[in-house]
Amino acid sequence: MIAWFSDPTHWTGSDGVFALVIQHLIYSGVALFFACLIGLPIGLYVGHTGRGVVLIAGLANALRSLPSLGLIVLLVILFGPVFTSDMAFIVPSIIVLVLLAVPPIMSGTYAGVAAVDPAAVDAARGMGKRPLDILFDVELPCALPLIFSGLRSATLQIISTATIAAYVSLGGLGRLIIDGRAQNDYYQMAAGAVLVGALALLVDLAIGILSRLTVSPGLTRRL
Amino acid sequence: MITFDAVSKHYRGQTVAVDKLSLTAPSGKLTIFVGPSGCGKTTSLRMVNRLIAPSSGRILLDGEPTDTMDVAVLRRKIGYVIQNAGLFPHRTVAQNIATTARLNGTPKDQALRIAHELLERVGLSSAFANRYPWQLSGGQQQRVGVARALASDPKFMLMDEPFSAVDPVVRGQLQDEFLRLQRDIGKTIIMVTHDIDEALKLGDQVVVLRTGGTLAQVATPQELLARPADDFVADFIGRDRGYRVLGFAEFAKGGVPLGAEPTATLGATPETLRQIATDRWVLVADSMNRPLGWADVDSVKGPLRDGDLNLSGTLAVEGSSLRHVLDAALSSPSGRGVIVGQSGELMGTVTLSHVAEAIEAARTGRMGTQP
Amino acid sequence: MRFDWLYRESGRIAELFLWHLGLSVIPVVIGLLLALPLGWLAQRAGFFRSTLLGAAGLLYTIPSLALFVLLPLVLGTRILDPMNVVVALTVYALALLVRTVSDGLESVPPDVIQAANAMGYRRLPRLFVVELPLAVPVIAAGLRVAVVSNVSIVSVAALIGTPQLGLLFTQGLQLRFLTPIIAGIVLCVLLAALLDGLVLFAAKRMTPWQPGGAER
Repeated sequence: MIAWFSDPTHWTGSDGVFALVIQHLIYSGVALFFACLIGLPIGLYVGHTGRGVVLIAGLANALRSLPSLGLIVLLVILFGPVFTSDMAFIVPSIIVLVLLAVPPIMSGTYAGVAAVDPAAVDAARGMGKRPLDILFDVELPCALPLIFSGLRSATLQIISTATIAAYVSLGGLGRLIIDGRAQNDYYQMAAGAVLVGALALLVDLAIGILSRLTVSPGLTRRL
Repeated sequence: MITFDAVSKHYRGQTVAVDKLSLTAPSGKLTIFVGPSGCGKTTSLRMVNRLIAPSSGRILLDGEPTDTMDVAVLRRKIGYVIQNAGLFPHRTVAQNIATTARLNGTPKDQALRIAHELLERVGLSSAFANRYPWQLSGGQQQRVGVARALASDPKFMLMDEPFSAVDPVVRGQLQDEFLRLQRDIGKTIIMVTHDIDEALKLGDQVVVLRTGGTLAQVATPQELLARPADDFVADFIGRDRGYRVLGFAEFAKGGVPLGAEPTATLGATPETLRQIATDRWVLVADSMNRPLGWADVDSVKGPLRDGDLNLSGTLAVEGSSLRHVLDAALSSPSGRGVIVGQSGELMGTVTLSHVAEAIEAARTGRMGTQP
Repeated sequence: MRFDWLYRESGRIAELFLWHLGLSVIPVVIGLLLALPLGWLAQRAGFFRSTLLGAAGLLYTIPSLALFVLLPLVLGTRILDPMNVVVALTVYALALLVRTVSDGLESVPPDVIQAANAMGYRRLPRLFVVELPLAVPVIAAGLRVAVVSNVSIVSVAALIGTPQLGLLFTQGLQLRFLTPIIAGIVLCVLLAALLDGLVLFAAKRMTPWQPGGAER
């Protein structure tokens, strides 16, 4: 495997490691963006109003039990004829990635907002903060630790599932594993696995750093 | 002045939380709502800044009806202090205090300057300014909560059980400090408590509510103790109200004659003690003449040590109420109550019979001034 | 949907279902058995806590397909060996459950533990008679998550050829044929719901003292 990594032709070019890492990050980033766009507002709404708690808990459970590989394959066959070009597998894959990432973001945001000290919210209301100010000045900042933990599991879920989506021709590091399997090249598979693992750990670390920078030390109780 | 004009609150047309409440909380005074749980005291308080909307009736601030005001603007005029302080955990102490000033349009640096001033005002050093709420004790958080309410310098304040989440010792300190603060700032305050002692200690006016949200009595603490309106109020005030009356300032001026008390110091020999003693008990003081305790001449065998002292007697500070003076006399093993000055130095002792005379004099004096 | 195809293939599908069931359940059972002592250690000692939970978090980060591929390197197994899948899923279940067990033991009210101490319980009897039974609701909640996500992850192993319902997905894509895919998804969801319900039922039977629990 060291031999595989030390071969420079494996790193560069349109199917080299660099290009695959970039693809993996782009697909993951796009999916995460849409998942946040859906999950954050719903989580904030449910947490703020307390309406629909049962609904999002049930939804999160139901989505967790859906097999991601089955879903991707199903959507590729259903949507495949609608699109020409690469979109035939990119769109279904991204939809599944978003679908899997929404529940953790939604639940994390909801749990975070719901866990904000009711006394702090009451004080904010009593001193004359308007509802949107309460949401953005008090509830959101206080919910950040749990939002980040939801974001973290969503991101891991996306990176993991994007790897699987290589099976329906999606680009990214999963290619090395799937193509390696097709060519009976175990070293290429192992290299792909190592790279995906490393990518997941690095992204996880990056989110950890981001959360350390944005969450108030008043909440993390770190000095 | 905060006026309740026939204010009621029903929930879903069924249960009545507050029933046609009419009363006035006078300007610059501390009005206390007190009553058993379910008497609607907190609901009444929260209707003032419209955290709860009244079902009928009006509440007026200095004659201006609140129901037509913009709700956020109304709330910004009124300081709000709650039981668990409700500090923002993600903001520093100084930022927390500055919040209300910022909400009322004060520029940021000025708001932070106000925050630092108020921190000292509520008895916290400026070292606390950059700490976060979790680094503070419950009592300290509550002080910050009070400072935050004061930062916009509101004319009115609402306080919902502000001192009930801390232990009794800290509660006593916070109450004393708050009384001192209120003497300086003279806000128009409504405070809710379930603790009748707190109501009697702090209130200029006490509003007793009964279950179902009806008014039982509005009176000064003295009046409440002397003339409870009915059985409910009498029962709520409790058994030892006769003794409690002694706690009010009018009794303090009664003037109990002070007797000189000879003192010994630690290390004194039994012979010295017997020379000083007027009876079995000798008061022992330190080098600054601050009382340490009583020594029993009959049982001291060698030079006087810490362990020989009887510490059962309480100390009454000069000028404090007859309740404290009486307690000092009752608790002293010699039967002589120890009176000390503001810095703890011995002023003299009082006998139980002198205290009783003073109480008698004050009582007849009080009865005499009755209409 | 081609029900005639389903009927014809019912024998093979039932076999795949049983494989899927085994691959989902066995790792969670092993994971739980390992997580109980480890979670207990993590809850008791500060050093173990940060190390064990840190390691668990790290393992949980590795994508499933990557773990399936890498395990032969560690175990010396062949790539097609179902043992890789069992070990990988055990690792996930363990990583999740160590934290759950530790949180569960943490959730036991300190008053109860003090009362047990005051009655003279020694450490181990106290663990089995008092702490573990009281930790059941939290542990069961973690167990449900572990079981349900395992059912989903097992199907990924189809990409390296291990027999289970995931093979219906790869087969469906190769044949561009929806019936096996839908059948696979439905069976996966049913299996997840079944196992989830089983854990829920068992937990309720074990905690009759909980509001809404089984009455005896």
